[in-house]
Amino acid sequence: MATVAAAGENLSLGRKLGLLNWPLVVLLCSIAAIGVAMLYSAGGGNWEPWAVRQVMRFGVALVLMLAVALVDLRFWLRYAYPIYFASIALLVAVEVAGASGMGAQRWIDLGVVRLQPSELMKIAMILGLARYFHGLSAEDIGRPGRLAAPLLMILAPAFLVLRQPDLGTAAMLTVGGAAIFFVVGVRLWKFGLVGLLGLAALPVAWNILRPYQQQRILTFFDPESDPLGAGYHILQAKIALGSGGVFGKGFMQGSQAHLDFLPERQTDFIFTMLAEEFGLVGGLAVLGLFLLLFAYGIAISVRIRNQFGRIVAIGVTVTVALYVSVNIAMVMGLVPVVGAPLPLISYGGTAILSTLIGYGLLLSASINRDVPIGKSGSPEDS
Amino acid sequence: MYRDNERQRLFTRRAAVLGGVQLATAALLAGRMYQIQVVESDRYKMLAEDNRINMRLVAPARGRILDRFSSPLAVNRESYRVLLIAEQTRDVDRTLDMLDRVIGLTGAERARVLREVKRRRGFVPVTVREGLDWREVAKIEVNAPDLPGIAIDADLVRDYPHSVKSVHVLGYVAAVSEAELGDDPLLQLPGFRIGKAGIEKSRDLALRGKAGASQVEVNALGRVIREVGRVEGDPGNDVRLTLDIALQAFAQDRLAGHQSASAVLLGVETGEVLAMASTPGYEPNQFVMGLRADTWRSVVSDPMTPLLNRCLSGLYAPGSTFKLAVTLAALNARRTWPGQRVFCKGFMELGQAQFHCWKKHGHGSLDLVGAIEQSCDIYFYELAQQVGIDRIAQTARELGLGGKLLDDLPGEEEGLIPTPEWKLASIGTRWQGGETLITGIGQGFVLTTPLQLAVMTARIASGRAVVPRLVIEDGIGAAPPPEPRFPPLDIRKSALNTVRLGMDAVANNKRGTAYRYAIRDPALALAGKTGTSQVVKISKSERGTRLLKNHERPWHERDHALFVAYAPIDKPRYAISVVVEHGGAGSSVAAPIARDILLEAQRRDPLGANAGDRLAWVETPPGQG
Repeated sequence: MATVAAAGENLSLGRKLGLLNWPLVVLLCSIAAIGVAMLYSAGGGNWEPWAVRQVMRFGVALVLMLAVALVDLRFWLRYAYPIYFASIALLVAVEVAGASGMGAQRWIDLGVVRLQPSELMKIAMILGLARYFHGLSAEDIGRPGRLAAPLLMILAPAFLVLRQPDLGTAAMLTVGGAAIFFVVGVRLWKFGLVGLLGLAALPVAWNILRPYQQQRILTFFDPESDPLGAGYHILQAKIALGSGGVFGKGFMQGSQAHLDFLPERQTDFIFTMLAEEFGLVGGLAVLGLFLLLFAYGIAISVRIRNQFGRIVAIGVTVTVALYVSVNIAMVMGLVPVVGAPLPLISYGGTAILSTLIGYGLLLSASINRDVPIGKSGSPEDS
Repeated sequence: MYRDNERQRLFTRRAAVLGGVQLATAALLAGRMYQIQVVESDRYKMLAEDNRINMRLVAPARGRILDRFSSPLAVNRESYRVLLIAEQTRDVDRTLDMLDRVIGLTGAERARVLREVKRRRGFVPVTVREGLDWREVAKIEVNAPDLPGIAIDADLVRDYPHSVKSVHVLGYVAAVSEAELGDDPLLQLPGFRIGKAGIEKSRDLALRGKAGASQVEVNALGRVIREVGRVEGDPGNDVRLTLDIALQAFAQDRLAGHQSASAVLLGVETGEVLAMASTPGYEPNQFVMGLRADTWRSVVSDPMTPLLNRCLSGLYAPGSTFKLAVTLAALNARRTWPGQRVFCKGFMELGQAQFHCWKKHGHGSLDLVGAIEQSCDIYFYELAQQVGIDRIAQTARELGLGGKLLDDLPGEEEGLIPTPEWKLASIGTRWQGGETLITGIGQGFVLTTPLQLAVMTARIASGRAVVPRLVIEDGIGAAPPPEPRFPPLDIRKSALNTVRLGMDAVANNKRGTAYRYAIRDPALALAGKTGTSQVVKISKSERGTRLLKNHERPWHERDHALFVAYAPIDKPRYAISVVVEHGGAGSSVAAPIARDILLEAQRRDPLGANAGDRLAWVETPPGQG
């Protein structure tokens, strides 16, 4: 075992590039390319204002992803907790700045980039949880006392994000964390118990929600009752989808999108525009590409021979899958409008950055799949 | 070393479950996609089109109103307005400054424009000023490069070239009121104008035309992206009137010296209204653009009621002109004969009451024609008593009094021909014998309109039941109506001839009440009847002491002056009635107006042989009645 570990330590750059899962990179690039095409259409057949910036951001994020992928997985293990706590600190900073500043500030302006700590938090939480569960044996997981710390690691950021207020991201963090709990083998009855507790806390939670968040949930149940009010967005999105039909209206021919009936066509509702212009066929194709992406993620994760890498890989996959599902379900009126972008396709800098950094970690885990890692990640432990 | 194998097995199992969940979710999403994009697609396609396409109505041009010789009385004129489109200029203030230098803006205009610009979206044009003249438009066009965001828009506006002279016949158009909103979507169109009075109102449907429609693609904010399709509307029909605008203007001018007066000129055989003059009037062109509130109030509350078309809506006791009807009733019922003589000593008695003649010391002995000629009241008291109120009422109705006559204009009054039944029903007391007497001289309850008096005159002159009309064609009825041959009146020809002789004598015998205002040319000579309609009842005490002369009384207590006439005498073609409110005795005020209009009518002769080539249809010679 020590030899394998040593071999893992000494992986050369060339070997790493060889072990890199190139089909996955190609898949990511093709999905992003579809996004750029849609942004080109959303701009009315112009590279400005969205498509060109998206290309640049994707380029930067892609380089960053490869860099992250080529860093040794043990480095990420070692720095998992510092990254997690740094992200928590940023969230608190936003909370403080937001309290003194405007109502709903979710980002820190660094001049060049607007940093959204909640986006970073998704990755940081996966790292933190992976680091924690990496150190737990199968028996440890059976002990409820051992689950208190990771539960707090989920609820603390979720609570901070909820205060921003960003209901969607908070829910995503919670569900993403729960998925990690599930995948490491926490007993199902424990989920049932927490679920029941959550249900009991629902009335309290409802009162914590801001009125507009409550309104969104109420609107979700009957969007067409209020076609000019809060239900307008969902109704217009459904009109866009439905009028697209099987084959769509053609590239840049979507009347709903191009005549501004569609809200947020470049961000949260970009899938609607895609399905309006390319129809059911286009929508299913994109859904299929995403499924392929997730299948890769799961396949990679089960082949990894260390717990940290496994959890990181499945965590990233589940988080992205969650966003894809919620976004598409949202624009089709299946879940309330919560403000979840479609990963890799929606316009937005931090979202693309966090997604690709996540995939960077996944790729790093994939490269180091055969490296067994000790409890604390330091070589002397192995 | 710790055991990883168990963790890995557990992980793989659970990861497989997660994969299954993802697959199920994807299947759910795909199913939903199928439902929306295939099953319900048609419904959403329709909704998308509804979103995208807006129908915009295009207002048709309103039909013109023409006189009998197709001279335009109401037309559409291009009116220009300046619009400001805020998004086309970088600095609204600067643009307004520049515009101020070109056409001069008031502070109020500027404030309103800035207010509207703030309220509306940038692409919605805001009207800066309406009704620009050509010079201002040219100035703006020349300075166009310095006026970003400024546009000129042309609009059709109703124009009445004869203004106040035709206003009572034509009426005017103005913005649609709440109550007038009906089925026609045109009425909803902002800025659309509808007929509010006169022909504009009564023939509004013909004049209005059919709306065109423009299908435009709009975005979610309502900005028009492009026009997709267009259906042209039908412009409104032209409406041609029987009016001769030259005679109308002449009559209106002739009335102008009086505070309040009216005149109706008819074709004796055809019933065509050739002139319908009423004064005071108002300026219809002001009404088209919308009046300022204070102007409107001053028009509406004017005690002289300038909005009233007195020819149709003015009610007057007919005074002595009614003696013609009384005479015809008596002759027709054979209750008298032309040779019957009555001695007028200035008054007569009925029971306790005394009834006076206008001539204080009496006319002496008069036959029927002489009584008409000199308008002796005593003679007609006797005659009314002999024939009875019911026969008088019957003949008055036969002559066109006491009922509506003209379909073509709104607001016509019926007037009133009293009978004992009417009095019992509406006042509740029995008819008194003395009331028959004063009805015999056209006083008391009896009320007529100037139009009715003109129709009565035309019926006496023609012997036919002439019905007046004002519209020759409005494009809705297929062809112009055939030349009307009205049925003969149910009155003996001999009776009519006697009355005509009397009317001839009024003007052409030296003792006639209108002798001074006769037409001396025998070929054009008129036959007529004067009338004086009392406004204030003269009390016994007043009569006992001293009767004030008309010009000594305040204006509103003076008598109305009436005159009815037709000409020429041997083959009558034109009939007229003139009423001058508070004008005093009919002979001196109303008669000269009627004479002048009749002379002008015969000089122009719009119905005569000379006008034949100008007319749409051929005149038939006057009847023999």
